Amino acid sequence: MLELRNITKVYNPGTVTEQTLFRDFSLSVEEGQFVSIVGSNGSGKTSLLNIICGSIPVEAGEVLMDGKNINKLKEYQRYAAMGRVYQNPAAGTCPGLTMLENLSLADNKGKTFGLSRGVNRQRRDFYRQQLQSLGLGLEDKLDVKMGALSGGQRQAVALLMATMTPLKFLILDEHTAALDPKTAEIIMELTDKVVREKKLTAMMVTHNLRYAVEYGDRLIMMNQGQVVLDKAGAEKAATSIDDILEVFNQISIECGN
Amino acid sequence: MTDLLIGTLTQGLVYALISFGVYITYSILDFPDLGVDGTFPLGAAVTAVLLTKGVDPWLTLPIAMLVGGLAGLFTGFIHVRLKVRNLLAGIITMTALFSINLQIAGSNLTVDRGTDTIFTSAPVMALMGDANNMTRKLVVSLVLILVVKLVLDLYLRTKSGLLLRAVGDNAGLVTSLAKDKGRVKILGLVIANALVALGGCVVCHEQRSFSATMGTGQLVYGLAAVIIGISLMNYYSASPLARGLRKHRGLGWLASPAGTTAVILGSILYKLCIQLALSMGLPANMMKLITALLFLLVLVLSGRKGEEIIHA
Repeated sequence: MLELRNITKVYNPGTVTEQTLFRDFSLSVEEGQFVSIVGSNGSGKTSLLNIICGSIPVEAGEVLMDGKNINKLKEYQRYAAMGRVYQNPAAGTCPGLTMLENLSLADNKGKTFGLSRGVNRQRRDFYRQQLQSLGLGLEDKLDVKMGALSGGQRQAVALLMATMTPLKFLILDEHTAALDPKTAEIIMELTDKVVREKKLTAMMVTHNLRYAVEYGDRLIMMNQGQVVLDKAGAEKAATSIDDILEVFNQISIECGN
Repeated sequence: MTDLLIGTLTQGLVYALISFGVYITYSILDFPDLGVDGTFPLGAAVTAVLLTKGVDPWLTLPIAMLVGGLAGLFTGFIHVRLKVRNLLAGIITMTALFSINLQIAGSNLTVDRGTDTIFTSAPVMALMGDANNMTRKLVVSLVLILVVKLVLDLYLRTKSGLLLRAVGDNAGLVTSLAKDKGRVKILGLVIANALVALGGCVVCHEQRSFSATMGTGQLVYGLAAVIIGISLMNYYSASPLARGLRKHRGLGWLASPAGTTAVILGSILYKLCIQLALSMGLPANMMKLITALLFLLVLVLSGRKGEEIIHA
């Protein structure tokens, strides 16, 4: 379970550009829930993810993971139980290392990075099999440098790497936004599959309202640091794109966008 | 003439140790570590003092590495924990080390002829007592460089080495692997500076002297060697010869040489170029000027080469 309690987040505190994004913001995500988060630019979606991951500090409030306060944990420590896929396909992999080396790194997450061999030849078949399941023909490119692959291929591998070792939480930060529609569809299906198979608690920020409606079991719309729409379970299943688009437009008019 | 060639070759090999350090910081960590100009004489200063005190010459190697590693730790701490920009962190270490080196060994320290260096140590004399001084230096340097190269190659293929390469390539990935990227960077700086100090140590054995100003321009030297080596390697890897070799099962490894091999070749080539310029009649005082101008030439040329490869 992930929980935010009474979070206050102020950007540029003490300057003329000071801006309060969250004031007393609370949100809780049940174990195994797949939450889609939509909202206009600057509504606080990505800030929300960054606060959970510890990428940015908060002024007040608590972040709880399975009931434990993780405010003091550094970003890298929080990733012990968490995986994250970014909007930029280059962010999730090392371009200068081969795919095999990238996968080996991800495979060793949670263990010590000592003086044993970096690449375990015996795992090759396992990686091939994993890549094969992506259905992108990547299984024959294990020795190719990651930087030579396309954005979609890299994002698929990034997703694979983020979820390779046992984890509980998956953070998806507009992870299909930089991909062409067909590739985005493939990545979205893969995401759904892995979240179900591994029974992950997932939070996905997206600008694609259709994905938000079709995938996941809870939908949240944010505006100016507040949750303006929150539907889960059967209520969410009954929601159509038109329904959220209507709320979206209403907010936009109110804000003068 | 042969003597000059052997001498230059030896110098190229010995100075490759510095280039190994620069290879780790500049190429792998993406960290331009100016501290090199201080760590190199630090290794020499410690060695000169230890040799004059009668310490076993081979023992000075690990000690110099340890002291150099501490300097790297200092730079890493300033950058990672105190959040000082990488260039400035190196400059702070370099400047501080100048005084420390003076404290250790004064402005000049000569190791007298009667003191044994690694090149005249008992095990070496037992094996190659008959060979002349120049040849012995060449062979010992060659063996030493190859050993360091092999150990470094092996290390870079371990899990720890893989993480080191990852942090320079995409530091964010190291964070998502639940590892502290700062610590990995510090580790890289420790290893790099240990190697640079080892370079200073071996140069001190070779010249039998330390001078406080011997560090000036060493980073430029190391960088030039790395850039020459890596550019040539990229050029070679994309050549028809390498492509042909890659198709053969047994010869494939010849097609993509390790970065460390490229760095050794770069170091030797650069020393040869400088030696060539000097032997054409340029005074020795102009050496740093030549070093700098050659480096500029290398930068400009390698830049163009890089573009060509991308277009091809």
